[in-house]
Amino acid sequence: MKKVFINGCGVISAQKTFDNKAFLEEVITYNDRVMPVVNPVYKDFISGGAARRMALGVKMGVVASNLAMQDAQLDSVDAIITGTGMGCLIDSEKFLSKLIDNNEEFLTPTSFIQSTHNTVGGQIALGIQCKGYNFTYVHSGASFESALLDAQLQLSSGEEENILVGGVDENAPHTLEIHKLIRFVKEENTDTSSLLESNTSGAIFGEGAGFFTLSTKEQESSYAQVIAVETLNTLSKENLEERIISFLEENGSNVSEIDAVILGNNGDVDFDRYYNLLSEGVFANTQQVYYKHLCGEYNTASSFGFWLGAKILKTQSIPEVVKLNKKQTSTLKTILLYNQYRGENHSFTLLKQC
Amino acid sequence: MEALKEELKNKIIEQLNLEDVSVDEIADNDPLFGEGLGLDSIDALELIVMLDKDYGIKLSDPKEGKKIFESIDTMATYISENSPK
Repeated sequence: MKKVFINGCGVISAQKTFDNKAFLEEVITYNDRVMPVVNPVYKDFISGGAARRMALGVKMGVVASNLAMQDAQLDSVDAIITGTGMGCLIDSEKFLSKLIDNNEEFLTPTSFIQSTHNTVGGQIALGIQCKGYNFTYVHSGASFESALLDAQLQLSSGEEENILVGGVDENAPHTLEIHKLIRFVKEENTDTSSLLESNTSGAIFGEGAGFFTLSTKEQESSYAQVIAVETLNTLSKENLEERIISFLEENGSNVSEIDAVILGNNGDVDFDRYYNLLSEGVFANTQQVYYKHLCGEYNTASSFGFWLGAKILKTQSIPEVVKLNKKQTSTLKTILLYNQYRGENHSFTLLKQC
Repeated sequence: MEALKEELKNKIIEQLNLEDVSVDEIADNDPLFGEGLGLDSIDALELIVMLDKDYGIKLSDPKEGKKIFESIDTMATYISENSPK
């Protein structure tokens, strides 16, 4: 089996993460229920003609993938694999609103064409003229990990050499309103710097895109090695620790070898219990890291966590703003990521230093 | 007629998301497709729907569109001669 390396990153989020030279030196805090993204200058990457039909999610995906390829010094890839929980929501809402407003008449093609879940993967392929494997996974909170797992399997089995893999989700007004009504979004504005102390239900929603070039070849720009990915649609709190220990054992590791655990806490008092079980239990003596106070919650927010893990391993440093506890580690060799959304779609990702 | 031309320019910019184009930059006889404004076949469909929705004109023969959508001038002339509104 071939090794799988992360050779390039491109992340657009509520922080200025599109600058690959920086690593959370400047952090933006929000006091809100929803976090917007910090946009790069899209026109630097996408021509005006192409951009005029692209909603935010497509633009973010195209630019994030472009940044990931630049970072890995690649002009082309063998495959593009995208994860998205909600797809191109802005154009979906636009199309459906027109359908209702115009009594099912006068339907224009643009928003329909751009509304499909695989629009992002398609636009990336058009931009770089990639005619290879192009797949989009829509698996709710495990969409990014599903894409990652596909990429890891294809690379380790030697089917491909370089794969662009990423997660992208955008907010749209109507869907956001529904999530507020059902209280998946917090009812009150919350200061992101004290998100985990909010003690209330719901999460601060966010949006973003995280793309990565994965390769079978290690190079100077390599961030980390992807050892294993696992997704579980359902997992009870009672079985969580046991499942994580088994995952580590299956991949030749154990709890004591984990130098940092990156957890997906989003400040939702009803579902952070999963993370608390680990931070107070099996990983009580491990350096704990969290990130959703920086990017918000969305179906592919874990791509931000993946970026964080890769950056930590490459730079051998953990920014203070993401530290959940104060356990010191001299070297950072192995990182475990754990994420779930509302008690479902659990994922474990194991990364190692190159 | 001048008011209609101005209205069409505004609608084209808004509906086709031509963010970098202003009304002043579109001359009445500029070609809308190809070398002029650079519109394409998807835009043509958007314009056909616009004619129907906003001016009550249904294009039964798509070939007609080629002449009608040549420029703002040709569009405005066709609308003023055929719109029931």
